[in-house]
Amino acid sequence: MHAVTSNGTPFKFSDAALAEVQGLMKKYPDDRQKSAILRALHIAQEENQGWLSVPAMDHVAEVLSITPIEVYEVASFYSMYNLEPVGRYVLEFCHTGPCAIEGAEQLIEYTKLKLGIGKNQTTADGLFTIKEVECLGACGYAPMMQVGQYYHEHLTEEKIDRFINDCRAGKIDKGTWKMH
Amino acid sequence: MGRKLLLEHAHVEGIDSYEVYRKHGGYRSVEKALKNMTPDEVVEEVKKSGLRGRGGAGFPTGLKWSFLAKPEGVPRYLLCNADESEPGTFKDRFLMEKIPHLLIEGMITSSYALGANTSYIYIRGEYSWIVKILEKAIAEAYAAGWLGKNILGKGYDLDLYVNPGAGAYICGEETALIESLEGKRGNPRIKPPFPAVKGLWQCPTVVNNVETIAAVVPIINDGGEEYAKLGIGKSTGTKLISACGNINKPGVYEIELGVTVEQFLYSDEWCGGIKNGKQLKALVAGGSSVPILPHFLVTKNIRGEQRLMTYESLADGGFESGTMLGSGGFIVYDEDQCIVRNTWNFTRFYHHESCGQCSPCREGTGWMEHVLWRLENGQGKMSDIDLLADVAKKIEGNTICPLGDAAAWPVNSAIRHFREEFEWHVREPKTCMERNYGLVKEPEMYVQG
Ligand SMILES: Cc1cc2nc3c(=O)[nH]c(=O)nc-3n(C[C@H](O)[C@H](O)[C@H](O)COP(=O)(O)O)c2cc1C
Ligand code: FES
Repeated sequence: MHAVTSNGTPFKFSDAALAEVQGLMKKYPDDRQKSAILRALHIAQEENQGWLSVPAMDHVAEVLSITPIEVYEVASFYSMYNLEPVGRYVLEFCHTGPCAIEGAEQLIEYTKLKLGIGKNQTTADGLFTIKEVECLGACGYAPMMQVGQYYHEHLTEEKIDRFINDCRAGKIDKGTWKMH
Repeated sequence: MGRKLLLEHAHVEGIDSYEVYRKHGGYRSVEKALKNMTPDEVVEEVKKSGLRGRGGAGFPTGLKWSFLAKPEGVPRYLLCNADESEPGTFKDRFLMEKIPHLLIEGMITSSYALGANTSYIYIRGEYSWIVKILEKAIAEAYAAGWLGKNILGKGYDLDLYVNPGAGAYICGEETALIESLEGKRGNPRIKPPFPAVKGLWQCPTVVNNVETIAAVVPIINDGGEEYAKLGIGKSTGTKLISACGNINKPGVYEIELGVTVEQFLYSDEWCGGIKNGKQLKALVAGGSSVPILPHFLVTKNIRGEQRLMTYESLADGGFESGTMLGSGGFIVYDEDQCIVRNTWNFTRFYHHESCGQCSPCREGTGWMEHVLWRLENGQGKMSDIDLLADVAKKIEGNTICPLGDAAAWPVNSAIRHFREEFEWHVREPKTCMERNYGLVKEPEMYVQG
């Protein structure tokens, strides 16, 4: 659980995102549009440089016709939402048992040293944030990390080196929550 | 014992597309159910199959379905639990990635059986690329007339949607899943009322695991009795096992229930034995929540009989000397692994994932994490070991949902079977902080007489 911070610049969904969220609301019965909140927040986070500011959450509340507190409650419960600014590439390393016995902890240490940051910190150039997360369902392909929508499995130090270089060169696809 | 029902076609090129899936016999169960069977007959067939929930608890699926309340004029819902967050478990992901239409087909046949006209697949948010795989499959199924209004001209309507979560293990618990689907925090509800009576939006609801729903397809195609011919006793059919840890061939395997643990662990068809020529130290057979077993209780039970991959055989000996099939997350530890560290790791997981509603779980998991950390880091006292066991006991059974139990069992069982290793951490902290922990000695009472 995290605290909600009050910073952040004004936020509005792009037209395409707004249309998408309005489409999501139709998947639930009348007056149950609140159910679209989780995916709406994923989309808002993507359109707000990877994190949920108060203006972003307030906007989601407005679109879903619910109160802002209902959105804060939800945003602070789920681990995929960032309530603080993050870097362009958020390296989410799994550190749960099966990954740990395959060397996840050493690999996380290696990456932290390489980038000169600790967990939940962002490099000065704004490119990388390191997060440590719990089992992502890739235990047989350990160690692993998620960046954006995709999994990077069977990680090694060499793969991390290459990955970081590719990020710096802008070659890494983060995927999108938007369908259109 | 190589019969496959779910993954038979999983490696066929293009099986994730509708055309290829259909060509391999896809959607036959929907045709059969809608054209030749009443909903109750579908439920009957599932009862005959002996299918048990594949999400972890192993509750008979047909029986669960028959509990669904059917008040006049109130919608009913089928929810597919694709939250898959139990450490060691990655089987549902494999099924959905490889052969998504199998799940869609199972959802249609099952929704028909339950009289649900809207169904949802609740999938963990991190599987975001699978959301797209499923939505593509659903769009194809709509286009081919398997979803929507008046399916096959039989007057049955069904809409199917995917709802991603956003990172929370607790949302795999069925009532937390329902809360989350309602757009709230994933706080489990007090039962009763059970979801079968008051679930999603206070309407009668069934929640089933991905694999359970997929298994309905072969059950309807071939008949419940055929399905029940596979397996042993009350463990019928096949089961997906996700194997990981220190083994040669980690991955997802479909086995017929009843394969011996020894075969599964050591034969090249499956895990292929322990990696790097090391020895087996311990096994977590069904996801992080189930009791851990020391090496000498893995392939044989306490009476020296072969242990089988079935609900009953893995549970043989109760919590004293047995474990559970659970979710099928099969985690293997070799002689170099530290049980204290692994127990600390799992406890940190439960502490992180506790929703915080119940004090015993919210506070207890934190205390256990704390105490285990000091034991692991050479600052523990002998009394800490009993303290841990005591905290675990006070969590177990005292919470709204079973997450508390799930947090307590790994700790209880680790202390029961590996007490010496905990004590060694107190006596020789320096040595313990180096690697290579060795096997536990087989205590007298375990030696077969
Ligand atoms: C903390 C917790 C987490 C759970 N996670 C999952 C899960 O990820 N997937 C799942 O199918 N069942 C999970 N379950 C079990 C569900 O509550 C429920 O029993 C199951 O979805 C029923 O489906 P089944 O009868 O088909 O197994 C979890 C239970 C608990 C207590
Ligand atoms: S433990 Fe890392 S993905 Fe499961």
